[in-house]
Amino acid sequence: MEPILEVKKLRKNFKGFALKDISFTMEKGYIMGFIGPNGSGKSTTIKLILNLLRKDGGDIKVFGLDNVKHEIEIKNRIGFVFDENHYYEELTLAEMKKVVAPLYKNWDDRAFARYMADFNLPPHKKIKDLSKGMKMKYSLTVALSHHADLLIMDEPTSGLDPVVRSELLEILTDIIQDENKGVFLSTHITSDLEKIADYITFINDGQIIFSTSKDVLLDQHGLVKGGKDLLDQDIRKSFVYLKENEFGFEGLVKNRQQAKSLLAGQALIEKPTLEDIMLYYTRGL
Amino acid sequence: MKIIISNASNQPIYEQIVSQIKASILNGELLDANPLPSIRNLAKELQISVITTKRAYDELEREGFIVTVPGKGSYVATQNKELLHEKRLKIVEEKLAEAVSAAKFIQLSLEQLQEMLSLFYEEE
Repeated sequence: MEPILEVKKLRKNFKGFALKDISFTMEKGYIMGFIGPNGSGKSTTIKLILNLLRKDGGDIKVFGLDNVKHEIEIKNRIGFVFDENHYYEELTLAEMKKVVAPLYKNWDDRAFARYMADFNLPPHKKIKDLSKGMKMKYSLTVALSHHADLLIMDEPTSGLDPVVRSELLEILTDIIQDENKGVFLSTHITSDLEKIADYITFINDGQIIFSTSKDVLLDQHGLVKGGKDLLDQDIRKSFVYLKENEFGFEGLVKNRQQAKSLLAGQALIEKPTLEDIMLYYTRGL
Repeated sequence: MKIIISNASNQPIYEQIVSQIKASILNGELLDANPLPSIRNLAKELQISVITTKRAYDELEREGFIVTVPGKGSYVATQNKELLHEKRLKIVEEKLAEAVSAAKFIQLSLEQLQEMLSLFYEEE
């Protein structure tokens, strides 16, 4: 399979924070969720992919092309949606369209009109008067109107209500009905990804902790709860992180099957959520 | 065809899909050569990941329930009639074995169990 996005040993140094040689690969036809706590490097990585920041080392390839050398070509084929609005607040949606449309080679006015109608966006309203959900949908409309092959979204769901978030998830699954397209989105609301994401890349403190299929992640890990008498040296070692309280413990293990064979009948062993996994890994590092 | 996904279940989602499609084939709701939804369409409709539906279809294909024609889609495999009968028999056997072990648990005799079975059989 041809990767649609490839990041290799990417490095960026700031005062007090660094991206430390991060690598991951995404195949076309899928949705990849990019998760991690605040300040872990998600937005920095996305800005580097879009060449909005200068990298200090490593390689980024989008559609197999170097992201700096082929910036214009790549940007014609990607759509991006940021948490913050990056349009002129005083313009109406229709006026803003006139500004952005000429920037794209593949701009499609009919697609734009269709998405505006689908998303119930008012063309003559000013951008500053839109709700947060509508601004996100407008960014998506622009991204979809130039037939982007890769959608890159930085925290698109933060601050949105559950109804709009679920609409967005439907739109994203709609996009990858075309197996040549891909969606890369960062978020700290992991429940959104729990359903639709195919792959999860987890970053913490500028380092990739894992990048793997979501099903594998959720099937292999286990959330174990039980009495503290069960915790001996060996068992403690199998935990990514362990929380103890007066009445018992709760912890995440990498190998649920193994935990089942060791502790069957003595402890409660459950399937973790993505949030559990993110939380325990963040604390256990 | 009906597919209901439970998020609360301990059974992985791909297994839930496998067992429900299998059930639809075995009970005759899905017939030989009937087309199945595409992997991507099923993922979209159920709002789950493409990888999950792909894994379910791979599993169904491995077990001989469906065939996938590259570029065209997936279809219910033309079942060998005897094999299908065999599979349905196996389901009956499994359920009976379950009933037997439940009966043994409360120390029911074979005669009592057979009596029960005859009653149920005639009722239907």
